[in-house]
Amino acid sequence: MTTTVPAPRPARPTPGPLQETTPTFVGMPKFPKAAKEALANTQQRRNLAHATGVIRAKRARVVGELPHWEDLRLAGSQAKDEMMTHLAAYLEQLETNLVRNGAQVHWARDAAEACQIVVDIAKTKGTDEVVKVKSMATQEIELNEALEAAGIRAWETDLAELIVQLGHDRPSHILVPAIHRNRSEIREIFRREMHLVGRPAPDDLTDEPRRLAEAARLHLREKFLRAKVAVSGANFAIADTGTLVVVESEGNGRMCLTLPETLISVVGIEKVLPTWQDLGTFMQLLPRSSTGERMNPYTSMWTGVHPGDGPQEVHVVLIDNGRSHVLADPLGRQALRCIRCSACLNVCPVYERAGGHAYGSVYPGPIGAVLNPQLRGTASAVDKSLPYASSLCGACFEACPMRIDIPSLLVHLRARVVDESGRKSAEAKAMKGMAWMFGDYRRLEKAQKAAKLGGRLLGGRTIHTMPGPFGPWTSARDVPDLPTHSFRDWWDARGGSGGAGTAGSPPSTTQEQR
Amino acid sequence: MSTAPAAPAASAATGLKVALFAACYNDTMWPGTPIATVKILERLGCRVEFPRKQTCCGQIFTNTGYAAEALPLVRGFVETFAAYDAVVAPTGSCVGAIRHQHHDLAAGAGDAALTRAVDALTPKVYDLSEFLVDVLGVTDVGAYFPHRVTFHPTCHSVRVAGVGDRPQQLLKAVRGLTFIDLPHQEECCGFGGTFSVKNPDVSIAMASDKVRHVRETGAEVLVAGDNMCLMNMGSVLARQRAGIRVMHLAEVLASTEEDPA
Repeated sequence: MTTTVPAPRPARPTPGPLQETTPTFVGMPKFPKAAKEALANTQQRRNLAHATGVIRAKRARVVGELPHWEDLRLAGSQAKDEMMTHLAAYLEQLETNLVRNGAQVHWARDAAEACQIVVDIAKTKGTDEVVKVKSMATQEIELNEALEAAGIRAWETDLAELIVQLGHDRPSHILVPAIHRNRSEIREIFRREMHLVGRPAPDDLTDEPRRLAEAARLHLREKFLRAKVAVSGANFAIADTGTLVVVESEGNGRMCLTLPETLISVVGIEKVLPTWQDLGTFMQLLPRSSTGERMNPYTSMWTGVHPGDGPQEVHVVLIDNGRSHVLADPLGRQALRCIRCSACLNVCPVYERAGGHAYGSVYPGPIGAVLNPQLRGTASAVDKSLPYASSLCGACFEACPMRIDIPSLLVHLRARVVDESGRKSAEAKAMKGMAWMFGDYRRLEKAQKAAKLGGRLLGGRTIHTMPGPFGPWTSARDVPDLPTHSFRDWWDARGGSGGAGTAGSPPSTTQEQR
Repeated sequence: MSTAPAAPAASAATGLKVALFAACYNDTMWPGTPIATVKILERLGCRVEFPRKQTCCGQIFTNTGYAAEALPLVRGFVETFAAYDAVVAPTGSCVGAIRHQHHDLAAGAGDAALTRAVDALTPKVYDLSEFLVDVLGVTDVGAYFPHRVTFHPTCHSVRVAGVGDRPQQLLKAVRGLTFIDLPHQEECCGFGGTFSVKNPDVSIAMASDKVRHVRETGAEVLVAGDNMCLMNMGSVLARQRAGIRVMHLAEVLASTEEDPA
């Protein structure tokens, strides 16, 4: 196979993101700022509302079919908890079984080590390109950038990842990386970019999904047939058999996992499952939670090397990259149960409006808001703001197949952010003052007098704007009317019982407006 | 729907000593809600007390990251209410916080005595709708409210406190009331406590979608079981001059022909 158009050699051998941040999202603004910009993107708002709405409905339908869904959730989360409790033992068992079956196992403490291992293997094979199966772990460690720095092109072969890569873009969803694009935008990207890096899109390409998929299929086919090395992640790594599992929809993964001579799989250490039996639970939970299907179209499993069948050189790179830090927190570690299904993104009202890029990570949405500040720490502006990027509505916890209590984790991480800040901010002082006021009912009653005075002074008029920290409230909302009496006043006036003090002016009992 | 104008007998309640937890913001900003709660409970035969030492459940501190500030309020809550048979609060959100945060705050502080006291008190704390349906065993509370009403089930009342459809059961039993289902009712209104000022743009985007769905129903009154969520939606509706008023569930249930809301 030869490419019809020689690929140009720009700064990067494959299309790179145009966004202002570095690949590692360094310098990403805090969530509220990035979200504000994203909210103004009306096309993205429409695309996200439509796409998440469709997936939500599909998921609800297929989850509703299973009367034992809660039992499955419990079994899945228990298997993951068992894995975390005895992680070292299961990892060693996995390594033993992988090696026994002919695979080579590598250990990486962080992203740099993992990338170096992959680059070194690819160089040994003398290749200048790899094909990639959609993989969150390789996105997390910025593997594409590392490979390109070493002169090796990394081709994304998942349709959505291809759209993202050709669009000089970043993924904005774990499962549907191009969810922020609609089909007319995809047609435009294919027509503009495909011919620069391989087989061009047909001249008469329309925005019909079938035609777009066909263009991608033809474009990718030559890469599949040419590549000597493939890079994948894994959805599961089964300790008691040494089996890796990739769950996918398109078949591109199957091509990458079977055609090239060498396969390198980059796997987070939390992906290990204790037993083959556990996989049955997860195969019921994952497709229903992610794509809203009873079963996904392609599930590939491989156990080391099989002579004459599939890749003859199999590498597994097990990465930590912050996971041990997460594991050290007894409450926070439940985030490591995550199987990257995206159910929490699809039900999140904040994600649906802000989109994935505002989270400043390949892990967006509710799970990103609890995972990133744990994996990366809370030093950066965006990581400090992520625990607050939620109204704590709880839809994520309800949808999560692994029963990760994301709202409680968000609250837990907010406390960490506050503690690390040294409690010197204006907010901390205000909170302290308010806590003092609530510390004794007599102080609360004094504060109520001030509110009532305000209510009497306003005499029924409504406040439309406010300065200071409440300014954002009034940008689209009125201020609630202040009362002219408190509940206590009413209670006292009717001579109610329940403790000291019956003083107070006789109030009216008219209903207050909110 | 019932046609009986009088309050139904709630024999289970006769003589039951009930403490009202008003919630700090209701006590201060929306006294109509705890007043309505007292009226309903007394109409159904309860003896209501208002322990004066009560202030705040601590949720605003916990949820903003100030667990240390919340802990004394947990202690205060337990001291104030431990002696009562039942504690009733017209807020699913605070009831949810009491149920799901007080234990963790006490245990997290390593205070075993407080943890035990929390565990003893928490099962006796009810959202108003739970107390009416589960403890008193009534859905028809003798209310009259001849208006078109839609209902937003607040996130914390449903997902944290777990009140289920008890509020809707109560509303549907109100004489004269026309109940209209709210489309996309399970979606958050965008309030989220300090979320509304820390992430004002996303919050308002959520609130405007919620309010759009409310307007689509053609209801004149939007009802919910939490005044902070009602404040959020009501403030947008007021800014839009939408002609829809917001009311707490308790105020609708307290309304009668003689004393209409």
